[in-house]
Amino acid sequence: MKKSLVILAAFTYIGMTAALYAAFLYAPTERTMGEIQRIFYFHVPAAWVSFLAFAVVFVGGIAFLRTGKSHWDVLAYSAGEVGVFFLTLVLVSGPLWAKPVWNVFWTWDARLTTSLVLWLIFIVYLMLRSSLPGEKGARFAAVFGIIGFLDVPLVYMSIRWWRTLHPAPVLGGKSGSGLEAPMLATLMIALFGFTLLLILLLYINYKISRAEKDLELFDKEWRNGEI
Amino acid sequence: MLYKDILVELRSKEILNGMLLFSLVIAVIFGFIFEPGSEELKTAGSGILWILLVFSGNIGLARSFNREYENAMMQGLLLCPIDRSAIFPAKWIGNMIFISFELLILIPLLVVLFDLPLGEHRLGLAAVLLLGVAGYSAVGTLFSTIAAHCRAREVMLPLLLFPVIVPILLAGVKASALLMTDAGLKEAGSWIKILAAVDIIFITASFLLYEHIVEE
Repeated sequence: MKKSLVILAAFTYIGMTAALYAAFLYAPTERTMGEIQRIFYFHVPAAWVSFLAFAVVFVGGIAFLRTGKSHWDVLAYSAGEVGVFFLTLVLVSGPLWAKPVWNVFWTWDARLTTSLVLWLIFIVYLMLRSSLPGEKGARFAAVFGIIGFLDVPLVYMSIRWWRTLHPAPVLGGKSGSGLEAPMLATLMIALFGFTLLLILLLYINYKISRAEKDLELFDKEWRNGEI
Repeated sequence: MLYKDILVELRSKEILNGMLLFSLVIAVIFGFIFEPGSEELKTAGSGILWILLVFSGNIGLARSFNREYENAMMQGLLLCPIDRSAIFPAKWIGNMIFISFELLILIPLLVVLFDLPLGEHRLGLAAVLLLGVAGYSAVGTLFSTIAAHCRAREVMLPLLLFPVIVPILLAGVKASALLMTDAGLKEAGSWIKILAAVDIIFITASFLLYEHIVEE
């Protein structure tokens, strides 16, 4: 194993352990929501990290289309997979938190709907990738990833407008305003831990995808009797 | 190129016929779901219109590209002594014309079938629909080229297209609903602005990205 990977893994371990400790033991119990509010420290960082991953898909896609170098494509694809993984965590942990607090699993508010649309877009991105192998698939997926990422702020804005222009029953906002200091500190630690986890997963996934690609190439050459 | 597409369509009429009949079938289903002339239908009218637009447009887009790839038409197209960047505008405008033309026949039909209220601002409504069609067919042209290469192309196109066009749909449905009921013209104006902004972003992005996906 490479030294850099070991160091990265060690830091991620420390970061995530600190996040777990802070979320369950250090942070005070929220007054109205109770223990369930601790999901917050995983839900929000996972959302943040998935967004970061999709930004990597976007940047990787542009870089690939401009340079045509396959490592950008591998990076974008790995980021897409990791991003979908984290966003799935968000979409699972959200309803678990919402049911006891809002009394419903799901509400069609701007954030929730945008996350769902984003999730759909990037699931389709992965699907497109798997249905079109090779260089062509890489280019098409890059194009789709770019449009998909551009779409996210548009979806968010239009849904927010949709709701604010029409008075809809809002079942309570996020507890974003006026966080207590220990809670804010916990959130920051969790954000840090999750970002490290993202980098680690992305790194490993990238290496695996590269290796897969090399193996494919090797296999092809082997069959053709070039080796 | 644009001329060629329209010519082929005029000869075969397969896209338009397909789109129209498909929308009619869906309209009939809506007729069973909603009581004709009821209040529900009046409020859902704009939504129905846009659903028909999106679904039938999807069929038209898929057809228009599969046609190019059957018989290796695209190869011939790329060998032509024309600028490659001309393919996208021609295809885009062609698709726009097909979908708009279909709406031109469809809307009177809906008025007859459902007693759909169009409101006082017909021109505004037409402008909203046209804006929607413009953005929709820009992304649609881009994605139908992608989908034409995929294994499950019939499934791939709506999967690629529908999540991405959510902003167009939201703004379009809202603006046309407000126009159709003559309520909140000022609000309709702000929705039209959003629609136009989304259009500009989509059309520019599709235009810039298209050259990366045209090939034999």
